[in-house]
Amino acid sequence: MTGPAVTEPGLLDVPHGHHIVQVRHLYKCFGDLEVLSGVNLLVDPGEVVCVIGASGSGKSTLLRCVNGLEAATRGRVLFEETDLSDPDCDIDAVRARIGMVFQLFNLFPHMTVLRNVTVAQRKVLKRGRAEAEGKAMDVLARVGLADRAGDYPERLSGGQRQRVAIARALAMDPDLMLFDEATSALDPELVGEVLAVMRGLAADGMTMLVVTHEIGFARHVADRVVFLDEGVICEEGTPEQVIGDPREERTKQFISQVLQH
Amino acid sequence: MVLTKRQRTNAVRLGFYLLTGAAVAAVVLVPDWRDLQRAFFQWDIVTEQFPDIITTAAKNTVLFTIYGFGGGLTLGLILALMRISSFRPYRVFAGTVIDVIRGLPALLLILLIGFALPIATDVRMSRTGRASIALAIVASAYIAETIRSGIQAIPAGQMEAARSLGMSYSRAMVTVILPQAFRIIIPPMTNELVLLLKDTALVSVIGFTAAERELTRFGRDGVVSSANATPLVVAGLVYLALTIPLTRLSAHLERRAGRHR
Repeated sequence: MTGPAVTEPGLLDVPHGHHIVQVRHLYKCFGDLEVLSGVNLLVDPGEVVCVIGASGSGKSTLLRCVNGLEAATRGRVLFEETDLSDPDCDIDAVRARIGMVFQLFNLFPHMTVLRNVTVAQRKVLKRGRAEAEGKAMDVLARVGLADRAGDYPERLSGGQRQRVAIARALAMDPDLMLFDEATSALDPELVGEVLAVMRGLAADGMTMLVVTHEIGFARHVADRVVFLDEGVICEEGTPEQVIGDPREERTKQFISQVLQH
Repeated sequence: MVLTKRQRTNAVRLGFYLLTGAAVAAVVLVPDWRDLQRAFFQWDIVTEQFPDIITTAAKNTVLFTIYGFGGGLTLGLILALMRISSFRPYRVFAGTVIDVIRGLPALLLILLIGFALPIATDVRMSRTGRASIALAIVASAYIAETIRSGIQAIPAGQMEAARSLGMSYSRAMVTVILPQAFRIIIPPMTNELVLLLKDTALVSVIGFTAAERELTRFGRDGVVSSANATPLVVAGLVYLALTIPLTRLSAHLERRAGRHR
């Protein structure tokens, strides 16, 4: 399976080319604090891009700008041909095509696993019950949790909750998946099962933008690694280059620090 | 004489028992119980109250409570949603309305809406209708603040997860946030219901016909016609028969909510 957006009719006519995400001169301020200071980032369909960097470097903010959870202070974010800063853009329609996985899972605690995975299909995509539940069981099987469909999230382990959250996003047939430190809140022994699901997605050709502390995952799964430092992209390239043989002094420091642990 | 710790504790406890016993004895022995019963609980006057105190007075009290709470819940939900809106004029409006209502005595608002309004304007509405609307407005401000606290107790990640799936703000509110918020606020809402039930005693100030009387007015009229306090005591007992089960229910719900979270 290749990135589904490639086959989308009309995409090739887009003047900006094949990029599924274009971040152009993005600035983001919270009050006086400038978190992103002119970030440029392009993501192509089928690509897995890992964003690494220290806490507070702006990684999560960058990710949240891509689906409009944060609005750009200056600069532009485009999803395919849609400019998210355009006040007339249908942000809900864009978000329906972008799956997001959060650090703290954010499952809906008052709904069963099945309903967590069907609710947006029903209410946003207007799928019928049978179709939505069929899809839900497919994606739950894909993350290995088909047998927990009837449980409430509180009965699941952290790793299982995060896999349900991934299934919930996948059920929308997204063209892009965003992962915001998806394993940072997990007990160490539960990290592996979530990374395995993410690795499977990447192998299936899903376009992924992954903010992560897991250098090993970035090294083995990413097509491209972006090192973010103090709100700017400091270094960008293949994992072999950025992680294996960094050029910039700050990247060298960061990589050697994380590899020591 | 030196007492051990245990002896001291026992001495204090003995003293407390003696004091309590003396107080109970005083209450039982000092008053003339026959006089008291004649003034406050004359059996033939008690039986005179029935069945009207149930079929008219208690019924009207319950109806005012239901109308007031139903209207208060609707108005309160609207005010709460305006209060947390991202549109500033809504927030200012709702905040002002809530402050004004909560800052005025309920009795003044009831007089204003139920008594002064038809004198000053052409508004024609039944007395019970005006009384219900006055109660709904009084209740709405307190209910709005309760609902708002419930909504704000839901982690921000819930709204973000719902929005990231493509749900609109209102869809996310209805499907994800409000069901969780209402579950949290069931105990304080039961409290609001009890407060409102007691506040129905105030609406009789706008003047009711015999058939429109609620419990307090019914008891008061009974005092006038019988020159005896018994009717108010009976009315009080009927209130307690309504409020104590509700208070108990609220405490029970609170315990249950505490267990599940």
